[in-house]
Amino acid sequence: MAQIKVKNLRKEFGSFTAVESSTFTIEDGEFFMLLGPSGCGKTTTLRMMAGLELPTSGEIHIDGEDVSNKRASERDIAFVFQMFALYPHMSVGKNMSYPLLSQGMPRAQAREKVLEVARILGIEHSLKKPVRGLSGGDRQRVALGRAIVREPKAFFMDEPLGALDAEFREHMATELRALHDRIGATTVYVTHDQMEAMQMGDKIVVMNHGVIEQFGDPQQIYDWPATKFVGEFIGSPAMNFLDFHGSVARGSTSVLLGDCEMSIPESLDEYSGAVTLGVRPEHIHFSDHSSYRGEAIAVEYLGTTQIITIQTPHGIIKARVSSEVAVNSGETLGLTFDARTLSLFERTSGRALLSETNKAVIGNG
Amino acid sequence: MSFSVTEPSKRQKWFAGIVVVCYTLITLMPLVWIITTGFKSSPDSIAYPPKVVFTPTVEGYVNLFTTQTRMSPGVITEPRDHLPWYEQIVRKKGNTIVGPSRFSERFFNSVIIGFGSTFFAIVLGTTAAYAFSRFRVPLKDDLLFFILSTRMMPPIAVAIPIFLMFRNLGLNDTHAGMILLYTTVNLSLAVWLINGFIDEIPIEYEEAALIDGYTRFQAFYKVVLPQAATGIASTAIFCLIFAWNEYAFAVLLTSGTAQTAPPFIPTIIGVAGQDWPAVAAGATLFLLPVMVFTIILRRHLLRGITFGAVRK
Repeated sequence: MAQIKVKNLRKEFGSFTAVESSTFTIEDGEFFMLLGPSGCGKTTTLRMMAGLELPTSGEIHIDGEDVSNKRASERDIAFVFQMFALYPHMSVGKNMSYPLLSQGMPRAQAREKVLEVARILGIEHSLKKPVRGLSGGDRQRVALGRAIVREPKAFFMDEPLGALDAEFREHMATELRALHDRIGATTVYVTHDQMEAMQMGDKIVVMNHGVIEQFGDPQQIYDWPATKFVGEFIGSPAMNFLDFHGSVARGSTSVLLGDCEMSIPESLDEYSGAVTLGVRPEHIHFSDHSSYRGEAIAVEYLGTTQIITIQTPHGIIKARVSSEVAVNSGETLGLTFDARTLSLFERTSGRALLSETNKAVIGNG
Repeated sequence: MSFSVTEPSKRQKWFAGIVVVCYTLITLMPLVWIITTGFKSSPDSIAYPPKVVFTPTVEGYVNLFTTQTRMSPGVITEPRDHLPWYEQIVRKKGNTIVGPSRFSERFFNSVIIGFGSTFFAIVLGTTAAYAFSRFRVPLKDDLLFFILSTRMMPPIAVAIPIFLMFRNLGLNDTHAGMILLYTTVNLSLAVWLINGFIDEIPIEYEEAALIDGYTRFQAFYKVVLPQAATGIASTAIFCLIFAWNEYAFAVLLTSGTAQTAPPFIPTIIGVAGQDWPAVAAGATLFLLPVMVFTIILRRHLLRGITFGAVRK
């Protein structure tokens, strides 16, 4: 159980900078998500925290202790690998007792401890089996068991569900979250799957190109993306972006999108030039009174909701509306956006403009 | 009947079976020839057409292990049945045993030099391959290529420099010298083969061990080695077969104390006429250690050779 602090962490591989300069704090007992597309530096960050990679510069504190240059074995953490990395030449029980025996725990005591953890995970009948014959899910449980059995200060997991079948992944995600709630240990979890991150995480860090784009809880990140990248990466379908040229004054509550005036949350920034208006698919509504119009070009039925693809004067957008709304392909629709939920981005930097509604989330950044 | 694209038909299986049997017969022929000749009498061994059915005798083996001399008829005084069986055999030809031959000594040299050089090639090869596979070695690719390049000519091409070096260093005709030489020749093969096997083992296993609280060496010893065992075993067989069979260097560099069996066996021919059964007996015995070693490791060998052929 520990708080983990990462300060100005940087990693270079030759001339390539994998992690620019990361700073964040993970509170004790948190389920913490490192989220980003592949190659964004999330795994490198995790490996530096675990001691499998040494940072070029920066500090890592686990439980108040600076471990930046300590060996992995001295950090008292457990790591769950994507490919599980169960020792193939050992049985399930041996795999799980391995970290205990390395600490010099007597065999009998280790066996008892392994049995206890195996019961929690529901694999107590497989302890004698070789790991080769196990199903993906059971392998995953053994890998978790090997991590839990030592009662480490923190769990680090590198896409632990990545190797599982889609349907089973969901099940394991729930199981994993329940296990975390039961044990209450600090967990750092790397994933590229935004659904997984939203579903399981207490806090999420979104990374891209070695830079932390945003840090916050799932809802904050979803509602108030700090950058255009976050809005695009989180959510399915992604946030819609309407590019236009215009100016926003401090205190203004609307922008001109083409000829139409659009209400926006009260702006706390001023900017003029290339701007992007960001709107989530579920915040688009149809109204015949609206002068902003678009043509429906595709309709995807998803049960309770449907996704309508719309050609607007500022590009293609996707709207998520109730299936009860009758829309035909080719139809011209009047569009309104929930003013309260809109975000504006500087197009060149991708940075979100500060407004009355998002200041609580991105205000200090 | 089910139809399958990949499953061979019954006729194809039969054909494949016949090819395998033919091939096996062809490969086994010389072996059968050598083993049977070892148990033939001298006249039987050169009989034409070759005798398939013959009275077996261990005369060849007795000749192989002993030094004999011709007796003048008057010397035979003792009653025959008090003599040991091997003396009785040589008496039939009018000879008597005056002492052991050099064969067992040479054979023992082969065992020491063959297994010794294999041991060192494997230990050095495994550690070097591990380093190449896991650490950032400066000029790694160039070094690996350099190691491989030592194999690009027949080793005997450097016989003269090696001979001169050995003479200056006092390594001529010593066990240490021969072990050193065979280790050197085998090392490139060992590094390359084992490097391939270790590359196949995901590094996560070691990382897991490191996090579980083991040192780098423990991770290597307890996690990597058991998984590379297959590859190491097959590499060991290749190394042993080379060192065991090597002839040219053995002829050049050994003559007395450290002479191995390969250069010794041909010298048997000249002792008392062409004693083919003794030569065949020597060859048969010479085959045994490699055969035993291969049989012990055969489970690993088959997997080792095909290892890495299919991406998992």
